Amino acid sequence: MAVALAPHAPVIAAPASTGAAGGAAVAVDRVSRTFAGPHGDVVAVDDVSLDVAEGEFVVIVGPSGCGKTTLLRMIAGLETPITGRILVSAPDNRPVRNAMVFQGRSVFPWLSVEANVAYGLKLDGVSRAEQREKTSNLLSLVGLSRFAKAWPHQLSEGMRQRVAIARALAVDPQMLLMDEPFGALDEQTRFILQEELLRIWEATGNTVVFVTHSIDEALTLADRVVVMSAQPGRIKAEIPIAFDRPRDQATVRSDPRFAEKFATIWSLLKEEVQEARRSAGEMVR
Amino acid sequence: MSMSSRRVIEVALTLLAPAILLVAWELISRSGRVNQVFWPPPSSLWDTAVKMVRNDGLFTDIRVSLVRIVGGFLLGSIPGIALGLAMGLSWPVRVFMMPIATALYAIPKIALLPLVIIALGTGETAKWAIVAISIFFLVALNTMSGVLTLDPVYRDVAHNFQASRTQLFFGVALPGSMPAIFTGLRLALGFSLIVIVGTEFLSPSQGIGALIWKSYSILAIKKMYVGLILTAILGWLLILALDLVERLVVPWNRSTS
Repeated sequence: MAVALAPHAPVIAAPASTGAAGGAAVAVDRVSRTFAGPHGDVVAVDDVSLDVAEGEFVVIVGPSGCGKTTLLRMIAGLETPITGRILVSAPDNRPVRNAMVFQGRSVFPWLSVEANVAYGLKLDGVSRAEQREKTSNLLSLVGLSRFAKAWPHQLSEGMRQRVAIARALAVDPQMLLMDEPFGALDEQTRFILQEELLRIWEATGNTVVFVTHSIDEALTLADRVVVMSAQPGRIKAEIPIAFDRPRDQATVRSDPRFAEKFATIWSLLKEEVQEARRSAGEMVR
Repeated sequence: MSMSSRRVIEVALTLLAPAILLVAWELISRSGRVNQVFWPPPSSLWDTAVKMVRNDGLFTDIRVSLVRIVGGFLLGSIPGIALGLAMGLSWPVRVFMMPIATALYAIPKIALLPLVIIALGTGETAKWAIVAISIFFLVALNTMSGVLTLDPVYRDVAHNFQASRTQLFFGVALPGSMPAIFTGLRLALGFSLIVIVGTEFLSPSQGIGALIWKSYSILAIKKMYVGLILTAILGWLLILALDLVERLVVPWNRSTS
């Protein structure tokens, strides 16, 4: 059964004790979204349709300002489409829960690491004992058990992003929505967190929609890469990535198809970046 | 450098500035180039202070002023925080309150004293009220800016976890604005002291301000100096107390821990 997810309608929490939640499916159907700008309306997302299967790992890449974050926020219910609709459904008719991992510093600085992870559980009214148990399991999953009582400002950027991921996983979401979660990290930390994310995804069977502008990151993670064009934001191409799983940084890069896929995606993106520069130049003239 | 030796240097530097001031004052006063009636050496003020405690009820004056400051401070800052949160979270409230808030914020608060006396008389209520009025909008505006400058991603996170309006308020807006609220409270505490001393000048019955003004009127200059020094010490202790409260309420803030 498909559950129509009205953008701000409350979605009932999945029972928190179910452990691995399985995946949700997403059907984005001819969705558009405009924002009021200083020189009239800006079309952020224009007539986009996208299907994501249960348990699929989809990565959206595109130049800056192509509306990929807006698309993700609409799937999360944080923005309302102007036209079109977004359907989110779970295979077992359960209400769908999504959890978003945001760009930058989204960990609450006024809560300790463990209180951050337990935030969603507390809002769901989960018992304290269960909150404690889940939080400690998740902290050991992301390797932060020793820092349970620490304040976020005492952690590194990479550790804070681990907290954000643990906080999202705590509510057993069937779908993880990730908006450039590793964008601010140094390369080594990013590689490690990508591998950790793959491990978690393989264990939970979640659906993941992941936004990035790194082609490398997209190829490492995705079942399918969606390339978006800018101004207005449209889907330009969808490229399946059939590298073997389980993956890690080494196996992905040694796959003979890596270079070919990289070239395909880069040539698509290059057109977009050049087009964006041309139109910016015209506006200056 | 170890943390403890850094701490020793901190304390030493903190005490050094007032020490230099007092020594310079003492030397100038004893040099014979100034009239000691008006510029008495600070060392002579101790005896005066002791006599004032014994004969003039100096502690009563301190207590009276302290109660007025703390009472007025709480009376003004708690509703100020509430209004500031409302102004930060709701744009209609903000647009509605902004003209009044900015206009009254700019008035020298002591200019409102005649109005307060007309409305409330010259008793303690009026003293609390003038302090409360003086700091109300200051605290409200600082709190509002704390809410407005809060990173919108925190609201997104709360919405993503389906937080109710109440949960958004108590879980995000209030704790997130705490550093800005305390900045406002620190300013407000200074204002409270200024306003209460000014008020006690103009309506002198009791309190440190009254002590300073009455001593000046009868040319009891040493007593006036004792009052001035006590005002400075009182202000310092009040800020210290507020810092302590901040450390308890906002233990997560990098600048306080």
